[in-house]
Amino acid sequence: MGLFGSFSRDKKERLDQGLSKTKESVLKKLTRVVVGKSKVDDDVLDELEEVLITSDVGVDTTLKIIERIEKRVAKDKFINASELDKILKEEITALLAENALNSSADFEIPQQSKPYVIMVVGVNGVGKTTTIGKLAHKFKSSGKKVVLGAGDTFRAAAIDQLEIWAQRVDVPLIKQKMGSDPASVAYDALSSAKATDADVVIIDTAGRLHNKINLMNELTKIKNVMQKVVPDAPHEILLVLDGSTGQNAFEQAKQFTLATEVNALAITKLDGTAKGGVVIGVSDQFKVPVKYIGIGEGMDDLQPFNREAFVDSLFGN
Amino acid sequence: MFENLSERLERSFKILKGQGTITEINVAETLKDIRRALLDADVNFKTAKTFTETVKDEALGQNVLTAVKPQQMMVKIVHDELTKLMGGSSTDINLDGKPAVILIAGLQGSGKTTFTGKLANLLKSKRSKNPLLVAGDVYRPAAINQLQVLGEQIGVPVYTEEGSKDPVKIAKDAIKQAKQNGNDLVIVDTAGRLAVDEEMMKEITAIKNAVKPHEILFVVDSMTGQDAVNTAKEFNDRLDFDGVVLTKLDGDTRGGAALSIRSVVNKPIKFVGTGEKMDALDVFHPNRMADRILGMGDIVSLVERAQEQFDAEEAQKLQKKIAKNQFSFNDFLSQIQQIKKMGSLKDLAGMIPGMGKAIKDMDFDDDAFKEVEAIIYSMTPDERENPAILNGSRRKRIAAGSGSSIQEVNRLIKQFEDTRKVMKMMGKGKNLSKMMANLPMGGR
Repeated sequence: MGLFGSFSRDKKERLDQGLSKTKESVLKKLTRVVVGKSKVDDDVLDELEEVLITSDVGVDTTLKIIERIEKRVAKDKFINASELDKILKEEITALLAENALNSSADFEIPQQSKPYVIMVVGVNGVGKTTTIGKLAHKFKSSGKKVVLGAGDTFRAAAIDQLEIWAQRVDVPLIKQKMGSDPASVAYDALSSAKATDADVVIIDTAGRLHNKINLMNELTKIKNVMQKVVPDAPHEILLVLDGSTGQNAFEQAKQFTLATEVNALAITKLDGTAKGGVVIGVSDQFKVPVKYIGIGEGMDDLQPFNREAFVDSLFGN
Repeated sequence: MFENLSERLERSFKILKGQGTITEINVAETLKDIRRALLDADVNFKTAKTFTETVKDEALGQNVLTAVKPQQMMVKIVHDELTKLMGGSSTDINLDGKPAVILIAGLQGSGKTTFTGKLANLLKSKRSKNPLLVAGDVYRPAAINQLQVLGEQIGVPVYTEEGSKDPVKIAKDAIKQAKQNGNDLVIVDTAGRLAVDEEMMKEITAIKNAVKPHEILFVVDSMTGQDAVNTAKEFNDRLDFDGVVLTKLDGDTRGGAALSIRSVVNKPIKFVGTGEKMDALDVFHPNRMADRILGMGDIVSLVERAQEQFDAEEAQKLQKKIAKNQFSFNDFLSQIQQIKKMGSLKDLAGMIPGMGKAIKDMDFDDDAFKEVEAIIYSMTPDERENPAILNGSRRKRIAAGSGSSIQEVNRLIKQFEDTRKVMKMMGKGKNLSKMMANLPMGGR
């Protein structure tokens, strides 16, 4: 457990619980792969490919992992199948390490930016509003003054949804009516945060498919308007990805990054899916760190992403 | 839609080019590519494996036919198999009850509530139904409001029970009310749930048992990965649903889920969601989707969409005007608006056979018409009807009024005149594509 640093036992348990299906699957599959085998041969590697692909790791990253293991097998002829688990774990950790934030600390925000502005973006239905609710709760519990901005003025009742979260968490919500200009809502939210000396502002945005140019351009406009109030805002553009999304997650990450300089990822709905592999794939293919993971519907079911804890949970250590 | 898959398959087929017959050896590489393309498109691992094996058997079995080129044969085989895999022909929904009850189920964020609104809108306008929507998602904050707002938009009543946490009772009560009020269709929206959430799965089973739906639709996000089949299977084991709805297909997802779900649960895909507006719902056509995946375009859908937006009477008037060379900027404007109503330019272009690959990297700007519109709107009614009077000073005024340069105004007028000439030559205004080719779109 020493590996986890800031990871408390309670959190580890929650993560284990949330990922229990993921864990079972990878473990079960791996066990099936190596059963009755004494050596890592082509059959084992083929099976391993299946395990990784069906976990949504993605074809490119899967091939990369397989290649690395092939090399190790070639170098060290005595690797037996039961060691595969350990090797795989090392390789996956290494992939994540090349890119991940160094065990991102607990919901901390940089001192120098006040208010610290987070703009939350993503395609429809990935869980942006829920993630904002959970984030607000986390910041508030750590003693920060939080303001929310209801920037999804498009989807029916999105404002009401965020309002319920704001009440639940007990933080102020800046809103206008449905159909109003999201940039104007963001402007109001930032002004209000500045006037009330808030620490964090979280701006919701409407879900948008990344191939809709006009909607992607709208994000730039919101950003520009924010900068009229806080010149270096937004400090964080958080892209929310649905953990059960397949290969399209890569395209989403790519397009949103191109359009808005995304600098953090949140991966949601990691409970209940047999996957979680998308975390590995996205971490490998993108230089944007995974910052948070969502593992349940409760207010506390959002965690800072910690790669060792994640891999350990994945492999059930 | 599916751009990447068609592209990859195109590339796979190229490898076969220039070879006379399909043999075990020359097909192996292609099959590997097809399999990888399918996996990249989120087709289920097992489905992809079975699929490539079927394609291989078919291909090797037919290698005696030397009349066709191998890659043409492969295209046909893959196309046929894709269509077969997705279910052959399109399937209607069952509306035979009084009232007919439709139950909607699926994961969180798959688009159930939006689909519920769209379906009610479709059945109301195309099948003259009088629907009642039921707000059965008592968990997610503001889910009920969301359905109410949608109901208001499409003019359909929504049944809610304030403060109730019992969706089974809500659904039962709603049907009672539907009978009283003469609604012949009840659509029950439910909360998103994970297939592994035992309690929630029991709840939806209880709703099913209580309301005995005539149709249960499973809503799934078309961007879902390998887990799509597992989720579909678990929902199917519980609910034995009647059909699948694929949402968010207006994204650039390769949509492999569509391929595998049908083959794994053996239930048809009935609808596809293609946008956020209430009319963005299409009936699923397996063969058209296969065409599309293979980059053969979807000309049938294009024609249908054009027909919907095209007013026959208007068209006749327009034809007369063109014949008399009276085609004006006003007509030009209404043409632009019709094209815009049909959907995004890239979607439209993607439906044209052979265009899929060509436009992949082109950045279609749906705002491209904005400039044109601004210029036309800056003309006086007289100028719009009689473009001949557009002299230098008028052009200067239009440029200033529309915020464009005089060169842009000149270019538009020139293009308009060219279009007019072409139209006159053709004598008939049927050819939309010629006109589109002359329009200043894209390229920024």
